[in-house]
Formats: sequence, structure tokens, C-alpha cells
Amino acid sequence: MKQVLKVEDMSVTFELHQSEVQAVREMNFTLSEGETLAVVGESGSGKSQAFLAIMGLLAKNGRAGGRAMMGDINLIGMPPRQLDTHRGKDIAMIFQDPMTSLNPTLKVRTQLAEVLVKHRDYDQQKATMAAIEMLERVGIPEPVKRANAYPHELSGGMRQRVMIAMALLCQPKILIADEPTTALDVTVQAQMLDLFKTLTEDFGTSLVLITHDLGVVAGVADRMMVMYGGRAVEKGTVDDLFYDPRHPYTLGLLHSTPHIAKRAARLDPIQGLPPSLEHLPKGCSFNPRCAFAFDRCLVERPPLTDTGNGREKACFYEGPMAYGKVA
Amino acid sequence: MNQTPINLLEIKDLKKTFSISGGLFSRRLTLTALEDINFTIRKGETLGIVGESGCGKSTLGRCILQLLAPDEGQVLWLGQDLTRLPAEEMRMRRQDLQIIFQDPLASLNPRMTVGEIIADPLRALRPELNKDERRARVLKIMEAVGLLPEMINRYPHEFSGGQAQRIGIARALITEPKLIVCDEPVSALDVSIQAQILNLLAELKDEFGLTLIFISHNLSVVRHVSDRILVLYLGRIVELATGDEIYEDPKHPYTRALLTAVPIPDPKLARLRNIDALKGEIPSPINPPSGCTFRTRCRFAKPYCAEKRPPLERIEDDRLVACHRWREIEVPVEAVLGA
Ligand SMILES: Nc1ncnc2c1ncn2[C@@H]1O[C@H](COP(=O)(O)OP(=O)(O)OP(=O)(O)O)[C@@H](O)[C@H]1O
Ligand SMILES: Nc1ncnc2c1ncn2[C@@H]1O[C@H](COP(=O)(O)OP(=O)(O)OP(=O)(O)O)[C@@H](O)[C@H]1O
Ligand code: SF4
Ligand SMILES: [Mg+2]
Ligand SMILES: [Mg+2]
Repeated sequence: MKQVLKVEDMSVTFELHQSEVQAVREMNFTLSEGETLAVVGESGSGKSQAFLAIMGLLAKNGRAGGRAMMGDINLIGMPPRQLDTHRGKDIAMIFQDPMTSLNPTLKVRTQLAEVLVKHRDYDQQKATMAAIEMLERVGIPEPVKRANAYPHELSGGMRQRVMIAMALLCQPKILIADEPTTALDVTVQAQMLDLFKTLTEDFGTSLVLITHDLGVVAGVADRMMVMYGGRAVEKGTVDDLFYDPRHPYTLGLLHSTPHIAKRAARLDPIQGLPPSLEHLPKGCSFNPRCAFAFDRCLVERPPLTDTGNGREKACFYEGPMAYGKVA
Repeated sequence: MNQTPINLLEIKDLKKTFSISGGLFSRRLTLTALEDINFTIRKGETLGIVGESGCGKSTLGRCILQLLAPDEGQVLWLGQDLTRLPAEEMRMRRQDLQIIFQDPLASLNPRMTVGEIIADPLRALRPELNKDERRARVLKIMEAVGLLPEMINRYPHEFSGGQAQRIGIARALITEPKLIVCDEPVSALDVSIQAQILNLLAELKDEFGLTLIFISHNLSVVRHVSDRILVLYLGRIVELATGDEIYEDPKHPYTRALLTAVPIPDPKLARLRNIDALKGEIPSPINPPSGCTFRTRCRFAKPYCAEKRPPLERIEDDRLVACHRWREIEVPVEAVLGA
């Protein structure tokens, strides 16, 4: 399948008062046309910063290294003016809080039309028509009426849809969705995930879905990348990672997630706390919490290694992984 | 478990409204947050409360604890109506009834040390204890919730979300309560930490013989912890049953719709599943639909559903449901869970 994004050796570093902290390290992955890649991991593992870096949206004290190739152009380090010709058009990002993308002082139709006028040279009328069509496409009832509303006059779920409609207006090749359903009720979440599925199928959009919810991942993603302490620790298809996880952290996440149809007396959580990026443990960053750690893990850092069948993991342990009490 | 269970708490005809501003020039409006709430809580059980945002879960928890005064109805604690208890007596009752909140850090006073925070309820409720006795109790509870003794003099901002929630739990446990209302206690936490806290609550429940009310919008979490589950919609009970009954044989169309929407962490099941997605969004509680308030989103609704409000019926010994058509609707479990 055609690759639409190839990220190579990407890193994100933040300048602090006296020191600096590396939020993302040695990141490598590819995204194919029409596929959905889930990026999972606990809070602070670098999920958002990795993709903000690709979008050129890091905070002032942040800088990105490495390459993010969209075809033969590298998005990392591209001057903002040049990035602006791609953002929204070829690659778009949406967030948990729709109000970070929407302008509260403009009517929905105005801000949606603006995007098409800017990127597609549409005239105002054609742009408005296309905007309303897209609102309908993302499942907004009475789109003509809703187009005349201001964002605050809409419900949370509706605003989320408007944001998605805006991101899709130029039919970007890549849509990055950062926790897009985390703040929504399950019923609305189900509607949104369904929408994502149809959109990737109909438009051939490649979707990056950043989430901490493995339930969401199972339902919509094709492949997944698990992050820990700023690094990818396991990659593969959703089925491979769910049914045959090879990294102890992936296994631990699965055992920590309650399953509505399978009631266990106790969950089997990963012990301890996620690491601080400023004081990452020596050797494998996961070793203090790992049930399978041995001598080597304490001194040497396991590199992300190809293990065949399109799978990769960063772990030295090769034995069986029966886990804790419940497994 | 063959003895007749003791009803610790009995909620009767509870109603709670809020008066809200209707805009600059209009009259104030009445928002009905809870109505016709009737159920009991048994000693030693965990009762889960679920429903979409704004359905009244937190309001119900707060009315039970008398942190909010209900407009009507009774909250009977071992037969004694808490809504009519004089303030001084209610203050003493608070030893038995505690709460844990969602946002662990925000619910802790940033200027108090962990030790002071945990001991705080004791000052008011057990004034006879001296400083050393208080400290001894704090250390004992800290150990029970997995906090190290040396943390006693540290401040909340030095703690992660999961640790802060342990502090919140310790503070709730220090008065040796009989019932704890847990209002979204793990919703702000990472999955691995969420699982640690859920296990901790289960252990503490056994150890201290607690009764829990567990409020959450996450049905998988509620399923995991609860003996019985109460489903709320727009401030009313639509179904009450055991966890197994709710998940294996839901009777109310809303319960079914909620279940089919829950994400399942199993790719094959998730793909097989036929999501019976609820159309539309929750109506405004200021102007709820006539008859059955769920009818605007219900795919089984008939014209008569708009006319008459379905009563909360006792359909089995221990099951309540409020739907005109519950007898006629059969949806196999597989359709709900895809299992
Ligand atoms: N401007 C900044 N200066 C310094 N550190 C930062 C800055 N922005 C982010 N970080 C740090 O980068 C790390 C990675 O953050 P990131 O937002 O990518 O986490 P995440 O995986 O998206 O977590 P969450 O699930 O909480 O959204 C965090 O430790 C965060 O504190
Ligand atoms: N102090 C208040 N004043 C006015 N309205 C209120 C007040 N507290 C709650 N409400 C309203 O009462 C209804 C029930 O709110 P409640 O907070 O109990 O819902 P909830 O089920 O806990 O929702 P969530 O899942 O979002 O926490 C909502 O419509 C809410 O807007
Ligand atoms: S490398 Fe070692 S410590 Fe790290 S995850 Fe694998 S077994 Fe555990
Ligand atoms: Mg993030
Ligand atoms: Mg609430």
C-alpha cells in the first residue's frame, strides 16, 4: 500500500530553565493510505507532542529533530509560511476540546468557508455550499440551520462534528485525531468512531488516532504503536498486539483494562508509576514496573527491533508472558 | 449471603430541582435534576450508578450525603430520615457517610500536608482524639491505601494523580465510614493506575466491610466493580438490576443502547459487533419530553409512549424497569455484546 507519511528518527526536546527534557525519542513509523494507526500509552508518554511536532505546533520552548516525510517533503523544520500551505490541506489535526480549533466569535459557516477560500480558491458562495454539504456528511441534522450558529450554541457532540467537518473540508490525506472522543459520552463516542470509519473508507484518509482507551483502538484501528517514556515500545497490527502482545507494557495495559463482557474478580494492573522524563530509569525505561525484567534490562536499553511479520518491539525478554494472578 | 440483606439506605420519592437563569430578561427556569427516585442500598454491596453526562449521577450522590438538600422525598439511613436530621446530629452521621471525588488533586487543600488532609475529618468528628492518636490512625490508613509513612509531611502537588486519589481515599476512610459515595473516582487516571485504584477499593471494601455507591460514565468499570447497577436517564431511574442481569439481559432500550456503545478491548468482537447507535442527543432537562423521556431516541417508541409516563415497575423480585414495552422487546445478548 502507498505510504503517505514516513517518520524517521524524530525527536522532541523542550528547553527548561536550567536543563532540557526529551519528550519524544528515536521515533520511526510509517502511515499507509487509508489505514488507521492508533497511538496508545499513558499520560506524558509523548503521544501528543510527537504529532504536534509533525504539525509544526510545538510550544515555543520545544524543538523537533529528525524527519517526517510526506512524499518528498520534510515537515520537520519547515518554515511556518511553507507549512501553512500543507496544514489543513494535506494534513490536519483535531483535538479533544473542539474549541481549540473553532473560533468562538465566528459563525460555523464563516469559519468553514474560510478554509476553502484559503486553500482551494473557492468563491464565498461555492465555499459555503461545500461547507454545508460537509456538515451533513458528518451527521449534523439540519446543517443549513446549524451553519448559522456560533460554536457555543451547539452541544459538545455537535461541536466535535463541526471540528471534524472543518478538518475534512480539503480532504486531507492525513488526519491526526488527538483523544477526539475522550470527553464524550459513550453513545456520542460510538457515533463519532463510526463516522471515522466511514470517512477513512469513503475518502481514503489515513487516520492517526491518539488515545489511551484500548476499547476505542480495538474498534477502529488497523495497526497500533504503543509508547512509553517518549519511545515507541511495540508496533504491529491491532490483532497481533491484542491477542499476542510481546512487550510486557502492552500486556500490562491489556490486563489493566476492564472488559465489559468478561468480569474478573481483580484486574491485574502494572505496578508502580509511569517514569518522569527527566529521570528515566537506566537500561529499559520500563524495568522498575516490569514483571519480566532480568539483569540485562537494568543496564542496557532495548532498541526497537523488527521481530518479523511487520512487528517490532523494544524488549530483551523472549520467554512466555503469563502475567500476574488473573491471566 | 443467604441471610436477608440489611437495607442500609432507602431512598423514597426523591426529587431535586435547580432554579436557573433563563437569560437576561426571562424568568428563572426550573431544571429537574432528579425525580421519582426510589431504591435501596444493602449493607456490603457496591451499587453502580451509570448514565450519560448530566443525567443526575452526582446530584443523586450529593443528595444521599445531604451535601445537597433534596426538594422532596426521604433518605432513610437505617430507618432514620437524614433529610430531617438536625444539623448537629447530621454532623455526627457524617462519620458513617463519606465521599471520594473525581479530580483527586483539585479536591485536596494545597496548603495542608498529606497528614493534615487525612486527619482533617477527625478534628470535627472525633474531637476527643489527641494529636498522637490522630497521627497513629493516619499512619494506619496510609498503609492500608498504599502510601508510605514518609509521605505524611509532604504536600498534594508533589503527588501524581493516582497517589492523590489514594490520599482522597484515606481521608474518606479515616472516620471508619459505613458507606462511601465514589463519584467518578478513577475517571481522571491512566488505565494502569485506574486498575490499581479499583483493586485497592475492592480490597478496602472487604477489609473494612464497606458499602459503596460507585458513580461512573464508564460502563466497563462499573460492570467490574458493581453488584447491582442503577441506570439513570434525564434524572429518572430507567433500570435497576444485578450487574449480570444488566449486561446479559438488559430490559430497557436505553440500557441496551448504552451497552452496545461501550468500546470492547477485543478487536474481533469489536468488528463483529452491531452497534445500535443511539440517534441524537439528550433532550434538555428544563423541557423534557412528555411521557417516557427516552422516547425521542428510542427505536421501540410507540405513539402511546408520548402520552403516558412509564412507571418504575418491579418486574422481578429485585429488578426495576421503566418502559411500557419491556415485555415485548427481545434483543439477544449477542446483539448487545457481540460475544
Ligand atoms: N512546553 C513544554 N515544556 C516542557 N515540557 C513539556 C512541554 N509540553 C509538553 N511537555 C512534556 O512532554 C511530555 C509528553 O507530553 P505529551 O503531551 O506528548 O503526553 P501525552 O502522551 O499526549 O499525554 P496525555 O495522555 O496526558 O495527553 C510530558 O512529560 C510533558 O510534560
Ligand atoms: N448547582 C446547579 N445548578 C444548576 N443546575 C445544576 C446544578 N448542579 C447540577 N445541575 C444540573 O443538574 C443536572 C444533573 O447534573 P449532575 O452533575 O448530577 O449530572 P451527572 O450525571 O453527574 O453528569 P456528569 O457525568 O457530567 O458528571 C444537569 O442538567 C446539570 O446541569
Ligand atoms: S526489556 Fe526487560 S524490563 Fe523492559 S519490558 Fe522487556 S523484560 Fe521488561
Ligand atoms: Mg496528549
Ligand atoms: Mg457527575
